[in-house]
Amino acid sequence: MRLDLTHIQRWIAPGSKVLDLGCGNGVFLRQLQDTRNVRGMGLEIDPANISAAIGRGLNIVEQNMDLGLDNFPDQSFDTVVMAHALQVVHYPDRVLDEMLRIGREGVVTFPNFGHWRCRIYLAFRGRMPVSKFMPHSWYDTPNIHFCTVTDFEALCRDKGIRILDREMVGNTQRRPLLARLWPNLFALTAVYRITR
Amino acid sequence: MSQTKAKSSVGIVEPQSAYFDEPLLLACGRELAGYELVYECYGQLNAEASNAVLICHALSGNHHAAGYHSEDDRKPGWWDAYIGPGKPIDTERFFVVCLNNLGGCHGSTGPTSINPDTGKPWGPDFPPLRVRDWVHSQKRLAERLGITCWAAVIGGSLGGMQAMRWALEYPDMLQHCVVIASAMKLSAQNIAFNEIARHAIQSDPDFADGHYLEQDSVPAQGLGLARMVGHITYLSDDAMAQKFGRDLRRGTLDQGDENSVEFQVQSYLRYQGSQFSNRFDANTYILMTRALDYFDLAREYGDDPVEAFRRAKCSFLVISFSTDWRFSPQRSREIVDALIAADRPVSYCEIEAHEGHDAFLLPLPRYMEVFDAYMQRVGVSD
Repeated sequence: MRLDLTHIQRWIAPGSKVLDLGCGNGVFLRQLQDTRNVRGMGLEIDPANISAAIGRGLNIVEQNMDLGLDNFPDQSFDTVVMAHALQVVHYPDRVLDEMLRIGREGVVTFPNFGHWRCRIYLAFRGRMPVSKFMPHSWYDTPNIHFCTVTDFEALCRDKGIRILDREMVGNTQRRPLLARLWPNLFALTAVYRITR
Repeated sequence: MSQTKAKSSVGIVEPQSAYFDEPLLLACGRELAGYELVYECYGQLNAEASNAVLICHALSGNHHAAGYHSEDDRKPGWWDAYIGPGKPIDTERFFVVCLNNLGGCHGSTGPTSINPDTGKPWGPDFPPLRVRDWVHSQKRLAERLGITCWAAVIGGSLGGMQAMRWALEYPDMLQHCVVIASAMKLSAQNIAFNEIARHAIQSDPDFADGHYLEQDSVPAQGLGLARMVGHITYLSDDAMAQKFGRDLRRGTLDQGDENSVEFQVQSYLRYQGSQFSNRFDANTYILMTRALDYFDLAREYGDDPVEAFRRAKCSFLVISFSTDWRFSPQRSREIVDALIAADRPVSYCEIEAHEGHDAFLLPLPRYMEVFDAYMQRVGVSD
């Protein structure tokens, strides 16, 4: 399992109600249901992912979160998860607001654009970074709102969002020491647990 | 079920019938002393009777949902694409029941049946029915078949309304509810189209105020016209453009020719109309369109669909089609939103399809895939 997802799993209380925004093929939500016994619902827009996730026995609603989430009542979920989708939505700030309106807590993961490789790529090549980790060219990428760890925390401060927990995923699998010490430079993926 | 006509078909099927002599109190306040229901079954009921699936038919449907009635049968049942071995409603796993609804004209008691009180056909005097009356009669059929809980109740269009009503009337009697191209109530536009259809029938002189059977006539013109109007609402603009465009069947639009032409779409509609008036009863059509018009899922729940769905205990699958303008995706999303707000398990897909409302009957790859994926969990106890 992707390391950011391992962190998320630890933060999900057993038996809680979880909404997964951009749930993909549902592997993670399925795992949460199996290991944490959560009551889950996933939102997704990709047809193949939707079929796969429904085939896993999950409750999946085809819905584009860029068009709003106002069909979900206030505080109707314990946790709203959005893994690796913050950078693809049209209005990340509004989605964060909606996550915390719908859920008591939110869990967000995103690729850190402040990673030293991105910086070097941009500084020395003068071009938008392309890597195994972020494989798209600037003109055909679904990632339209890249941010850094520092950017995200500044946004949370501005919006009065409290950060309950954060984990950084670096290059090294087990002990991401550098990523923890200097996340904005060394974290590949940032993982946050937030609330209001 | 003797031979198999085609692979993955349920083969040759024989309709069965059940007579119920316990009076049925109808929503209109009248009572039906006794009635007959014609139905078909596909697959085997398991020992626990836990694998039964009910198929509810739409406006002009009937009990013949899958398979063939004889070796020479040209066309299989109306939902054969989805019911059969290895199909989404897999007859190797499920025991599938489909009946002709009360008030129908394909064998179940309805306006063409003889009214025991008068010895004449019921005709227009057959009691008006609501969707809930069908659900109540379907429940009796379930009991007759030894089914105490359906693994799933499934329906498209008007059939989806029956499936939803099941979830509210008998919440302990179904585990899954599949609602396809349906709505919680008709819009003014929907009712308007139904009214044109009824008006077409009623203004046909052969209708004779609904007593046409006694006079040995058929309001073929009116019923055909009703079907033509209905048929337009089942198709999308796109689908009609693709199917017919402005192609001519007869004549020319060249200058200097004053003879009128016939477009392909004209001849198609006429054909649909005349076919339909041969196989369908006008009073049944009026009865069914009224049941559609009167249906309002949440009426008795303070007009609050969330409150209504709080009664439900089953899981839901809701499917809509992008170009369906009769029951548009928006109508399905209203169902889904109410289920979400009522905290009920629901999955929803909007299938990209150019065929309009008719798409729910057609074998479309993504629709097939999603339906099949969902049905994998049905009958598997959690």
